[in-house]
Amino acid sequence: MNAAAASLAIAWPSTDALWIMATGAVIAAACAVLGAFLVLRQMSMMGDAISHSVLPGLAAAFLVTQSYSIGPLLLGAVIAGLLTALLTQTLHRFARVPADASMGVVFTSLFALGVVLITQVKGVHFDKQCVFEGALELAPLYTVQWGSLQLPRALAVGLIVLGVNTVALVLLWKEFKLSAFDPALATTMGFPAGVMHYLLMTLVAVTAVASFEAVGSILVVAMLITPAATAHLLVDRLGPMVLLSAAIGAASSVLGYALAVHFDTNVAGMMAVAAGGLYGVAVLFSPRYGLLSTMLHNARLALRVIRDDLLGMLYRLEELGAERRLASRDARTAIGGGLLAWWGLASLQRNELVSRAGETLELTPAGRDAARQLVRAHRLWENYLVQFLGLPLDHVHEPAHRVEHYLDSGLQQSLRQKLDDANVDPHGREIPE
Amino acid sequence: MAPALEIHDMTVAYHRRPVLWDIDLQVPECKLVGIIGPNGAGKTTLIKAALGLAPLASGKVEIYGKPYVQQRHLVGYVPQRESVDWDFPVSVHDVVLMGTYGRLGWIRRPGRAERETAERCLDQVGMLPFAKRQIRQLSGGQQQRVFLARALAEQAQIYFLDEPFAGVDAATESAIVELLQTLRSDGRTVFVVHHDLETVREYFDYVILLNMRLVACGPVETTFTPESLQKTYGGRLTILDAAAEAMRQGDPGP
Amino acid sequence: MIALSLSMKVTLGAALLGGVAGVVGAFAVLRGRSLVGDMLSHAALPGVVLAFMLTGSRQLAALSVGALATGLAAIGLMTLVVRWTRTKEDAAIGVMLSSFFGLGVVLLSRATRSTTGGNSAGLNSFLFGEPGNMLNSDLLLLAGVGTAALLIVTLLFKEFKLVAFDADFAASQGWPATRLDLAMMALVAVVTIIGLPMVGVVLMAAMIIVPAATARMWTHRLHTLLLLAAAIGVFAGVVGSRYGRGVPAGPAIVLAAAAMFAASLLLAPQQGLLARFMHTVRLQRRVAQDHLLRSLYELAEPQPQETPAIDFESLQADRRWRPARLRRLLEKNQQQGLVTLSGGVVTMTPVGLRAAAEATRRHRLWELYMMRVAGAAADHVDRSADDVEHLLPAAVVLELEAELEADPKLAFAAPRVPPSPHEIRAGEGDR
Repeated sequence: MNAAAASLAIAWPSTDALWIMATGAVIAAACAVLGAFLVLRQMSMMGDAISHSVLPGLAAAFLVTQSYSIGPLLLGAVIAGLLTALLTQTLHRFARVPADASMGVVFTSLFALGVVLITQVKGVHFDKQCVFEGALELAPLYTVQWGSLQLPRALAVGLIVLGVNTVALVLLWKEFKLSAFDPALATTMGFPAGVMHYLLMTLVAVTAVASFEAVGSILVVAMLITPAATAHLLVDRLGPMVLLSAAIGAASSVLGYALAVHFDTNVAGMMAVAAGGLYGVAVLFSPRYGLLSTMLHNARLALRVIRDDLLGMLYRLEELGAERRLASRDARTAIGGGLLAWWGLASLQRNELVSRAGETLELTPAGRDAARQLVRAHRLWENYLVQFLGLPLDHVHEPAHRVEHYLDSGLQQSLRQKLDDANVDPHGREIPE
Repeated sequence: MAPALEIHDMTVAYHRRPVLWDIDLQVPECKLVGIIGPNGAGKTTLIKAALGLAPLASGKVEIYGKPYVQQRHLVGYVPQRESVDWDFPVSVHDVVLMGTYGRLGWIRRPGRAERETAERCLDQVGMLPFAKRQIRQLSGGQQQRVFLARALAEQAQIYFLDEPFAGVDAATESAIVELLQTLRSDGRTVFVVHHDLETVREYFDYVILLNMRLVACGPVETTFTPESLQKTYGGRLTILDAAAEAMRQGDPGP
Repeated sequence: MIALSLSMKVTLGAALLGGVAGVVGAFAVLRGRSLVGDMLSHAALPGVVLAFMLTGSRQLAALSVGALATGLAAIGLMTLVVRWTRTKEDAAIGVMLSSFFGLGVVLLSRATRSTTGGNSAGLNSFLFGEPGNMLNSDLLLLAGVGTAALLIVTLLFKEFKLVAFDADFAASQGWPATRLDLAMMALVAVVTIIGLPMVGVVLMAAMIIVPAATARMWTHRLHTLLLLAAAIGVFAGVVGSRYGRGVPAGPAIVLAAAAMFAASLLLAPQQGLLARFMHTVRLQRRVAQDHLLRSLYELAEPQPQETPAIDFESLQADRRWRPARLRRLLEKNQQQGLVTLSGGVVTMTPVGLRAAAEATRRHRLWELYMMRVAGAAADHVDRSADDVEHLLPAAVVLELEAELEADPKLAFAAPRVPPSPHEIRAGEGDR
């Protein structure tokens, strides 16, 4: 049974709860700022691999030194993390093992070694589950003195790591930025991609080791990858992306803790779930790259095409002879019918582009302007297709019908210039002004 | 007699953005056809669309008068060399044998007849001595020959070759051209994406000149002229680019 | 039911799992999907716990169905996200892996808390694997699923091979490439999930990846690779579960597989580090020998004789040889009867002269070829000169020879070397 369970009864929001949240948030931010670079360089899973290799590193360091002192343990784990990165690359380069497979081989093998080492050591009290889940709930129990302040040890460690990462990123900002974007260019400019790679890997390893005890491997992986992936969906520039990653990481921690307390369950796991949930929210609702905005955009587009088609149809009828009128039912059928056609017609009426006289439809002056604009685009494009693409006359209507919705006045203007201000379309119909 | 390949008003778009505009062409059978155009002109896309590998925004492709789906067995394909993992654990013979899979259908294994076909095709490209080699151990030209042999094993009427001469030595290039010419005289139609303008007249008897739209399509003598080349390579049509971008973004008009 | 001892059951199960995981893992590795196995095994956890919470049973079959459900959900979401957003595959795998696993941990913590007694304790075995809990029915399930998976791979071997190698080509022939691809992934998913209670979440990924990656170094044929991967998996399963000496079975199995991987890395033909090292050494030796012969020939060229004699100093100066190295090389050549060494003078034997002429000819042909068509042959430059006959058709070699003789600067000087017993032509160089 997880010993942490007992401490879960912490009342919300006690000082301990605040400490736990702060610890989680700081560690999450430390992971997330590095994660941005992992995600952009498409090596997110390296974060996974390195955080798993912490275990054999700790075990080996303990076996060698037979002590719990933090220095050797940290060193051992960092070395194991770097070894993972190095072996992965070596296998890929020199033994032609595919990159993903070599990563898989290396970190799983090292992890297996770690489990074996730990079970072989007598007298080590080792909670296997703790490897995954950490013991964030226990963070407030182990404190250190920092000036007059008594901080949880995990928080202090997290603050140090966050500080180290921040300093490294601030000092080497342009180098990291360049080598993440274009490693070859960075190398030619004197910032060897290899050096930058291993520098990043070292930072990741240090961060993973420092966070490991408090939050467990699962949360390290989650915070390395998920907040950065979320931020990538929301912003387009590296600086804001790194800051936003850190903020999202911290927010996930707070949210995760609140949920964990509410549902009386594991804190680290819930923080990972919260991070995943925020990612899901971004996938759905990101203003520019979200699924919802894409769907809305597509729906609006479909509606516009329908409206355009209706306007064009009415305009062409007017052109043929003013006395003919179109019944609204026929108009809807002509453009494919269904809900979308009905909605399109309704919105045209609402915008007072089309008016209804009894059962028949009629363009309003504003509608006629809009329709003229559209028919102009259509006929200009037909002209363009005939003159520049050499299409025969009976092949231009369909393509022009598809493109007409997208030709704004700027494009129409340049078409006009290209076509020497032609004022009739290839069929001999007038191009409206 | 229906033309070997007929494309009607075809527009190919990726994510709504058209990369080929309103292509309309016919190629009679028994021709060796060069598909010519600058980088980014949509040459590969044309082939992929003809093979049903790229989404058509409009129009249709017909092979001997019927849709591609019904005529697949008449079509052979040589993709670009970079499109596969050459470390894949297959021998030269295995790769060529893959050409016969389409005819075999589900579950059935290649038998003696298929093996013999594969060997014959390997022999045709002069690669029979290499049949047992792993494909990474071949030079670029040899890899290309293997891909060609695989297409031959499809025993098709129409072949589509995507840049078969890229990174290939001179000897292989002339061997491939010779083979393609034999195919043509056997009544096959061969489409080749090609880059080297100097050899067009020598290799092909029919050309498709392409730059986002069809510039010209016809016999090489009448079509491969300085004027049409000027139209093909003389810069992109900026209006097509602008319209394509507008369609991708789907921005509302004025 | 035959009564099996627990250790026998564990060994049988491990062998079965190793074999099946090796086979389906091969396709994952070849498709560049090694880490999908990792994601799947993590994503199975919430399904396992949910199934337990819903049914209240620890039947492996029920739990596996739950695991499969969330595993496939993770794959589905990953594919969706990669297809429709700007998140790349690696990040999508990482997000799904950690979020689903986090959910699993959360649910597990709920389950262990809400049920009194140790009924739910077995669920923890999905984290690290507890082969000791294995029941007869678990073994049967493993055998059944394994057989089904192997049967599918056997039946669809041709189709899987084609899609894994060249999906576009497969699609052009009318195969449903995407669906076959998904079928391969589904097989990986099913096998991953039935293996979880044996080896646990992290190490199941190793069962999928390591045997296949090991086998890949030994063979260039897919069916051999599959058989080999299966054999490696079985072997690792047996060794790890039987001879673990107190080490938990899961890590022991993985370490056995990893040991085979490491051994292969050293010893595999062609791809192994040792073979590569030997290859480099041999290549260096051959290059040195070629250089020596060419130096000898070029120094002898101005005054053609039956058995040209060259003094050691000028030979050494010709290429700045290290004297000791040159001497070793010459001694070896003396043993082969190509030169005789006496005092400071190297005398070429008629055989030696012929070999030297041949080496020089090859080199000059190659040089000429590179000069004529340098651009087109860029991917051949790393080949040594005696591949020339392989690479160039006979007609080209003849043409080049004619050119060599015509060009005074590159004069091949064939008339000046003693008559050779055979006409020196392409493909007849001694090797």
